Amino acid sequence: MEKKLVIAGFGGQGVMLAGELLAEAAKDEGKFVTFLPSYGPEMRGGTANCDVIVSDKPIASPVIAHPQAAIIMNLPSLDKFEPLMEKDGLLILNKTLIPREVKRTDLRVLQIDAQTVARELGNEKATNMILLGAYAEIEKPVKLESLKNALKHFLTGKKEVLIPLNEKALEKGAEIAREFLGGK
Amino acid sequence: MKLIYKKPDTITERDTTYCPGCPHGIAHRLIAELLEEMDLVKKTVIVWPVGCSVFGYYFIATDAVEAAHGRACAMATGIKRAHPESFVISYQGDGDLASIGIAEAVHAAARGERISVVYINNGNYGMTGGQMAPTTLIGQVTTTTPYGRKPELNGFPMHVPEMFAALDGPAYIARAALDSPQHIIQAKKFLRKAFTAQKNNLGFSLVELISACPTNWKMTPVEAMERIRKQVLPVFPIGEFKVAKGVE
Amino acid sequence: MGEKVLMKGAEAIAEAAIRAGCMAFFGYPITPQNETPEYFSRRMPELGRVFLQAESEVAAINMVYGAACTGTRVITTSSSPGISLMQEGFSYIANSNVGCVVVNAMRGGPGLGDIAPAQADYFQATKGGGHGDYHSIVLAPHTIQETVDLMYDAFDLADKYRIMVVMLVDGLMGQMMEPVEFKEWVDVKKFKTPEWATVGQGDRDHRNIITSLEILPEGLEKMNLALQAKYKKIKENEVRLEEYEMDDAEYALTAFGTVARIAKTVVEMARKDGIKLGLIRPITVWPFPEKEVAKRADQVKFFFDVEMNEGQMLEDVKLAVNGKKPVHYYGRLGGVVPTAEEIYGEFKKLVGGK
Repeated sequence: MEKKLVIAGFGGQGVMLAGELLAEAAKDEGKFVTFLPSYGPEMRGGTANCDVIVSDKPIASPVIAHPQAAIIMNLPSLDKFEPLMEKDGLLILNKTLIPREVKRTDLRVLQIDAQTVARELGNEKATNMILLGAYAEIEKPVKLESLKNALKHFLTGKKEVLIPLNEKALEKGAEIAREFLGGK
Repeated sequence: MKLIYKKPDTITERDTTYCPGCPHGIAHRLIAELLEEMDLVKKTVIVWPVGCSVFGYYFIATDAVEAAHGRACAMATGIKRAHPESFVISYQGDGDLASIGIAEAVHAAARGERISVVYINNGNYGMTGGQMAPTTLIGQVTTTTPYGRKPELNGFPMHVPEMFAALDGPAYIARAALDSPQHIIQAKKFLRKAFTAQKNNLGFSLVELISACPTNWKMTPVEAMERIRKQVLPVFPIGEFKVAKGVE
Repeated sequence: MGEKVLMKGAEAIAEAAIRAGCMAFFGYPITPQNETPEYFSRRMPELGRVFLQAESEVAAINMVYGAACTGTRVITTSSSPGISLMQEGFSYIANSNVGCVVVNAMRGGPGLGDIAPAQADYFQATKGGGHGDYHSIVLAPHTIQETVDLMYDAFDLADKYRIMVVMLVDGLMGQMMEPVEFKEWVDVKKFKTPEWATVGQGDRDHRNIITSLEILPEGLEKMNLALQAKYKKIKENEVRLEEYEMDDAEYALTAFGTVARIAKTVVEMARKDGIKLGLIRPITVWPFPEKEVAKRADQVKFFFDVEMNEGQMLEDVKLAVNGKKPVHYYGRLGGVVPTAEEIYGEFKKLVGGK
């Protein structure tokens, strides 16, 4: 098993947190994992993406040239990563911010109105968790439970109160993914 | 027979590399006397500079390191931070401290590093043959100011103690001169306060010693001392610029 | 060994140094390694150790030099432009025979360049960089775990040979996260001020002087010869490398650091296609594993050197191979990280052309 995921969006959308959470969960499961962030030079508001590889064996290159899967949180990221996707790759899109359709026909595409769903759950900031939950359900790099358990490493102190919301968002994402898989 | 004066034991027997009439020897003696009087010899590390006093460790018998040009205050910082029990002196000329090493010196002062800087100002680069220094006087002829130092071309002499006294880090800042017995006695008093500042963990200390360079000034030693009084001290006045409580 | 923790490379470097007994840090901020000094700034005061942000890299390395003269385990970390500023200090440290560790998280150059990962400081690190005939031991780990493990060795080597040890990594290794396990803490209570250190004469019957100055050419030649003798000893005893899938290899990749990691993927791709490709990965790039590379020249059809620079280690590979077999090269510049697919594509062109 080797799962290669790119997460991409604006700075502030929780791109890095989603990637680090997956990495932490993979570590907790005793798997090999690399997390490689890539930022623009801006401190705020620029583009951000990260490569996460989860594997049963040691990982050679941490760089993902052609993603098997990508969580895409805004339009510029779709423009950037759509052409790079591996054939039959999985695209999980934050439909709320992506007005266009995917052009390629050789990809698996799951569009989620994730920001709206997150708002309904109580906080738009949980958009990243909805998308990550969906990814985890489809590709199964780690158990959903491990992701939920790993939240406590990141949401500490004042942010601890946000754990239940994020757990819910991960579950909601997984639920949407199951519907997607069932409807196929 | 009564012994009136004896060379401090901390001054070695070795012949110095200094020119006849050069006051580096006086500065060395003052440091050695004070280290003995203050019982600091065995704790002392002196950071020697690039310049005429580059071989200073041959003449004052303490532990010593030799810094790159201008970096003495940084090296002294490294020694003092890593080994605070050591008594650390940075001995630097005006080219070394005020020109190439001004950043390291200013920041050591601003941080209040517990080091003592002995800063020799002879108004030129002695070892390299008498070029202009940041302290060269207006109108002074050097090998790189053959028409005399001109403000429009070379700017103005730098007053290091006055600059450093404006910082919060230093505990003691002063200027003395090595041209006459009275001034030398006073220089020793100032140096004692500088060393006390470090010994009592009060902060950074620096004493500028107005010195002479008879060889490059093309003067006899006596003429050079007279020049200090007539031309240099009016521009670089003797005095204490910062005295923290506890250095007396 | 303890529990695995997920850590950013730049922070793992600092934690490893602290556990390895590093007592003092002096440095100046520069991207892409700011997490390292920031981590030190939190942890060192907790442990009663020294953290000082210097006014420049020039000052930082001379503070390191001063601390090294007291026999203290000391480190600075920086990235390419900052390392350039430190070269003067490196040269003085070399001829003063004092030990320290310097981490260079290399970024794209020349000049201000960019902040992306690169390997273009290989010459600077392995061939001197500053003035005079000198070397530093240069370690080039390829994973965060290896970086962490080698940090302990870096301080041991610095103490043993009284030499500067460079940890040559790149921005990618600094920014990425991986689970790491740390070795036991070095017991710093056992540290003693070495006999040669300049801390004040104390009870010694002699005083210590540390200088890189010797004005008589014959005297300076002697100092140089002593340095060279030390380097010879290091070359004989401290060469390290990893040979990956080399036993039956018909072709050998050569790469260090991040690229070596990518090269392992290339080896796997080739093996899947039935091509016997292996990888020679120097861990010490100085001393370079000359003999080991030379030996493989009898075995493989050609060498294929891959770097994130314009062929710097390539020269050492060629010197070692000494014309016996072709040495090909592929590289990316300016902070571009080559992909495994790209390297494999270039490799297949070379094999196909035979």
